[in-house]
Amino acid sequence: MASIPAHEGFDAHHHDAHDHDHKPAFFQRWFMSTNHKDIGTLYLIFAIIAGIIGGGVSGIMRAELAHPGIQYLGWWTHFLGGNDQDFNATLHMWNVLITAHGLIMVFFMVMPALIGGFGNWFVPLMIGAPDMAFPRMNNISFWLTVSGFCSLMISAFMPGGTGMGAGTGWTVYAPLSTSGSVGPAVDFAIFSLHLAGAGSILGAINFITTIFNMRAPGMTLHKMPLFVWSMLVTAFLLLLSLPVLAAAITMLLTDRNFGTTFFNPAGGGDPVLYQHLFWFFGHPEVYIMILPGFGIISQIISTFSKKPVFGYLGMAYAMVAIGAVGFIVWAHHMYTTGLDVNTKMYFTAATMVIAVPTGIKIFSWIATMWGGSLEFKSPLVWAIGFIFLFTVGGVTGVVLANGGIDDNLQDTYYVVAHFHYVLSLGAVTSLFAGFYYWFPKMSGRMHSEFLSHLHFWVFFVGVNLIFFPMHFLGVQGMPRRYPDYAPAFEYWNTIASYGYTVMAASMVIFFVNIIYSLAAGKKAEGNYWGEGATTLEWTLSSPPPFHQFETLPVIEEAHAH
Amino acid sequence: MAMALDAASRRNRKVAAIAAIGALSMLGLGYASVPLYRMFCQATGFNGTTQRATAAQAAGVKATARPITIRFDGNVTKGMPWEFRPEQVTQDGHIGERKMAFFIAKNTSDRPIVGRAIYNVTPEQTGAYFHKIQCFCFNEQRLEPGEQVRMPVIYYVDPDMLNDPNAKDVGEITLSYTFTEAADSTAAVPPKNK
Repeated sequence: MASIPAHEGFDAHHHDAHDHDHKPAFFQRWFMSTNHKDIGTLYLIFAIIAGIIGGGVSGIMRAELAHPGIQYLGWWTHFLGGNDQDFNATLHMWNVLITAHGLIMVFFMVMPALIGGFGNWFVPLMIGAPDMAFPRMNNISFWLTVSGFCSLMISAFMPGGTGMGAGTGWTVYAPLSTSGSVGPAVDFAIFSLHLAGAGSILGAINFITTIFNMRAPGMTLHKMPLFVWSMLVTAFLLLLSLPVLAAAITMLLTDRNFGTTFFNPAGGGDPVLYQHLFWFFGHPEVYIMILPGFGIISQIISTFSKKPVFGYLGMAYAMVAIGAVGFIVWAHHMYTTGLDVNTKMYFTAATMVIAVPTGIKIFSWIATMWGGSLEFKSPLVWAIGFIFLFTVGGVTGVVLANGGIDDNLQDTYYVVAHFHYVLSLGAVTSLFAGFYYWFPKMSGRMHSEFLSHLHFWVFFVGVNLIFFPMHFLGVQGMPRRYPDYAPAFEYWNTIASYGYTVMAASMVIFFVNIIYSLAAGKKAEGNYWGEGATTLEWTLSSPPPFHQFETLPVIEEAHAH
Repeated sequence: MAMALDAASRRNRKVAAIAAIGALSMLGLGYASVPLYRMFCQATGFNGTTQRATAAQAAGVKATARPITIRFDGNVTKGMPWEFRPEQVTQDGHIGERKMAFFIAKNTSDRPIVGRAIYNVTPEQTGAYFHKIQCFCFNEQRLEPGEQVRMPVIYYVDPDMLNDPNAKDVGEITLSYTFTEAADSTAAVPPKNK
């Protein structure tokens, strides 16, 4: 990777101050924003709000699962306006909770934070561009995402068949989502995915155009920071996978409302086709959620090791390989739908191949730290936590990739443990790593390093307490998606629920830290991480000027390759 | 400067247009997958999709000495007021041998109903070798109120199955039918799901 000489020429202070200070009035600035940094901030705030709701939902679930039997669901059914006298409606509430948790965390927390938030903020800064290629489209993307979230929230208060709300799981499988869910709740949930999906596709087009066309002179593709590489690959995955989801859920919608039979055998359709279409989107989707995290971790490891990332090109093309292979492994989510043994063999092998580029990434991060002048600031601690947690999730992923083993583990808590290790612990840990890495850059105020470290340790203990026992539960055969279980599973479930409270306590530390830094944090310098931070955003003030790089920075030939 | 800006925005529009075409093609592919998937299943017997043969094709098939048992299953979708069951639970025969089985259907409601049978065989890898020469599932069936019919299936199992390592050990194939009320059933308003 090219190291960027700190040119004075594009330092904020050398520009005409008038340009930078001219900010629009409040309503125009935040509701009609076309500034990539403001839109990024909006996305981050939105993701935090959605994360509180989605995380709160998982709190209800962990409370219910702490002990066998049904304890709290009736109260929540009543609270949300449902009929708690009907036991089936109470149980339906559980399905609504798992659906909401999944959809919120995937579409309205992780994606907006990583792509909309950090992507919008730092892709233009890192490539030396004044803004995104289509600033107004950027604004539409954000508000489409918000509208999608509103649609999902509305669905919780609509009749969904057995009870209130959409209780289909985030996968929205037919026929449960068609003939099994009468009422507008599922229509609202599907519409929510349409809106969020449209917003993401527009965002992806914006990122692709920005990265291809607006790099500063001298910044070739092979000199781009790895975070930008990760966003480029992610944008392509979004662009090619989301339309397939859009097609599938539009077919669901017409099956539900207009009498088509795409997934209805009575008219010659096949519900399994929906699963193929969903997972053709769904598998790239999981890489959409983790690749930006990979990019963030690469920046952080390099910064705090004070050396360029080991094997830069290998790292970039590993992400490309993960993205490409991610499109041809979808049926490993469908091993129990009756695939024949040769098909299973192919999908097992193709899935395992992904471990190779992923392994290259883990190896290169460790090799970057090896012999580096390590400085254990909070982002690095979070990044190392990420490597550990993601690797645990990756290992169980290789186990689940086996068609034969998966027959046994399909839809058990082992799967829940696996995807939470890579997403809840992987993607979310990378989010916090990125947050502590860039928060002072975005806000202009330093956070408390002590609280950030404390946040990490409490969070790390909490999430491992929640999710590690789920491996045991899954191997013992506890199925997912049920509010009740046999008493034999109680021990580890209770521990997992304790873990949730520990994790929740860590979130309190996080918010205290934000409030502290905004209220009393030290003013952040332009490059507060020092010599290891070499990408272009560190050449600007913190926060960067409202409009940056009016004189484009020039990237010189790297001397430290 | 104005000229340069125009060139830049033209370049941006070009990239965005190409990307949008990519997204739209994937949307099209999503829809195209519906007929493609059906063709794929019919061609490969995927998901236990059975094959259709003409009497002439069937005449060219020689029975082998390998015995095979066919098990029959008949049911209706939830809420459909038909009784539907196979007349025989199993039939013993040989691979390549042409056999006939019967199913009995009765409309227990007081209105005419058009039914459509959906079907497959398990184990699913035998779908490519299970040939039907004649079947009530080839057409929709209309039953008047209270009417009962006896419906034949004429089938054979293709001896090619013995050359398929995934299917040659199969000793029993289950042929299953589910009757659903045809989506375009004009007979009456479909029953409400409870």
